[in-house]
Amino acid sequence: MRLGLVIDLDTCVGCHACATACKQWNTSSITAPLTDYDPYGKEPSGVWFNRIRHYEIGDYPNNKTINFPMSCMHCENAECVTVCPTGASYKRPEDGIVLVDQDKCMGCNYCSWACPYGARELDRESGTMKKCTLCVDRIYDEALPPEDRQPACVLACPAHARLFGDLDDPESVTSRAVRERGGYALMPELNYSPTNHYLPPRTRPSIPTSDLPRGSLARKVREWVNRVVER
Amino acid sequence: MNPSLAVIFLTLFSGAGFGLMAMVAVVNDFAIDGALSPLRTAILVALALLLVTMGMVSSTAHLANPKNAWRAFTRWRTSWLAREGVFAVLFYPLAIAYLGWVFFTNSDRDNVALLLGNVTALVGLVTIFCQGMIYACLRTIRQWHTPLVPANFYALGLALGMTVLSTSRLLAHRHDLAMASIACSLLVAAAVMKAIYYFWIGAPSGTTLQTATGFTRGRVRLLDQGHTFGTFLTHEFSNCISPGRALRFKVAVYVLGFLAPIAILLAAAHAGIGFAVLFAPVLAFVGIGLERYLFFVEAQHVVNLYHGRMPGPLPQMHPALRAGAENTARAGKRRLVPSYEER
Repeated sequence: MRLGLVIDLDTCVGCHACATACKQWNTSSITAPLTDYDPYGKEPSGVWFNRIRHYEIGDYPNNKTINFPMSCMHCENAECVTVCPTGASYKRPEDGIVLVDQDKCMGCNYCSWACPYGARELDRESGTMKKCTLCVDRIYDEALPPEDRQPACVLACPAHARLFGDLDDPESVTSRAVRERGGYALMPELNYSPTNHYLPPRTRPSIPTSDLPRGSLARKVREWVNRVVER
Repeated sequence: MNPSLAVIFLTLFSGAGFGLMAMVAVVNDFAIDGALSPLRTAILVALALLLVTMGMVSSTAHLANPKNAWRAFTRWRTSWLAREGVFAVLFYPLAIAYLGWVFFTNSDRDNVALLLGNVTALVGLVTIFCQGMIYACLRTIRQWHTPLVPANFYALGLALGMTVLSTSRLLAHRHDLAMASIACSLLVAAAVMKAIYYFWIGAPSGTTLQTATGFTRGRVRLLDQGHTFGTFLTHEFSNCISPGRALRFKVAVYVLGFLAPIAILLAAAHAGIGFAVLFAPVLAFVGIGLERYLFFVEAQHVVNLYHGRMPGPLPQMHPALRAGAENTARAGKRRLVPSYEER
């Protein structure tokens, strides 16, 4: 099993709801708390598992804004785990989730250097490295109704731009989305084999106008008046 | 990368200590210039231990949770950092045994002393290799992901160690040309190897914001970082240095770290300049300390791409960010986003 997220860049509206839902759930979860520094001051900062950046793709007029959420990719070839000297970082063999044992971490930052995706953040208060857990305490919780056994970010997304599933199962919702929409992984040249995938924006054909009925004389006059008369 | 003093001192001082130990073993192995006296061997091994200890103690300062530092030896199968810890700790009993043997038997030329000295030196050299591989194994930082990094650590460690050894001889004997010539040769070799590194990292890398976001067919520009102030990522990775400033630092590295020690050692060996020869190792440490600062501050982690900075000597920024960055550069600050620790 290889659990992960598939993020739809076509529908993501960049509202940061996934990040705030993540923060809300995980600040009282297994690697809690996600410390804030100066939260209400001039220079707010703190630990987040999920960060959304915004990019402009292409040049005007053929440009588009892309909202880009990034969290741990739960890589197959997770070098953050192999470089960890203490054994605090580990990848679960049963579902591929990469976790940090808070009792073993010595806060040397080395795993964050090895991560190309910026998924790991040091909590200065606890002195330990923290990262996305894929809500491991939630997705297996049998006290929750089955539809709620998903990461908090997935449940919170108002645009349904986040999918959660087993990327090893070819019929899972995530694998199908990757297959049908041309999902891709980030920085493939580094060979980290990330589990999380991104779905590119859909290409939509432009709406044809040639087959529309031609306007009547009255409509043409009205359009001409609208153009020349200032309101 | 954040040029943390703890890591600069770790690699600088422990590298010099392991280099000094290696050169003591080499000089005694081949009885260069009549070998070192047992007392001088003992003093120099104690000095090597002191340098290594300074490095190791300062390295714990960059741990956010040092109470778990003892666990850092457990993952030596996969982690170069753990391997460095294992070999650095193995160095101590060997170096202390060698020091004790030489001091109490007053002989550094018998078989036990030679065996202990060489094994200790070898463990020290392996530690330097592990230390270099800590950086060289990271594919995320192209300035570090090169075999030149461990090679530079060797060259600089041996050059620093031999400069210390040669200085200790020149303080006692004038006209000690043999040691001074080895020290100068190692300094020249280290300077050349560092120059190769500086040329090598000048080339741009393959990873760009296009491959980082997957939009490889058009221009990608950062509109918004998503946070109003710095994060752990900007604090740890966003340090950079302008090409002009880096060049001035490199001139200082070559003048202080290589040219000045060579000139002082030559002057001391030929003319004798008394205690002024102590400036040779002091300037070498200052110059190579600046080299280590540059090693960190010039390294650009790929996560900087997501913050809109392109590969190259000076990260190119989105025009909207560039104005702010240039203003802070004019004010003498190097950070794109101010450290969230500097309030």
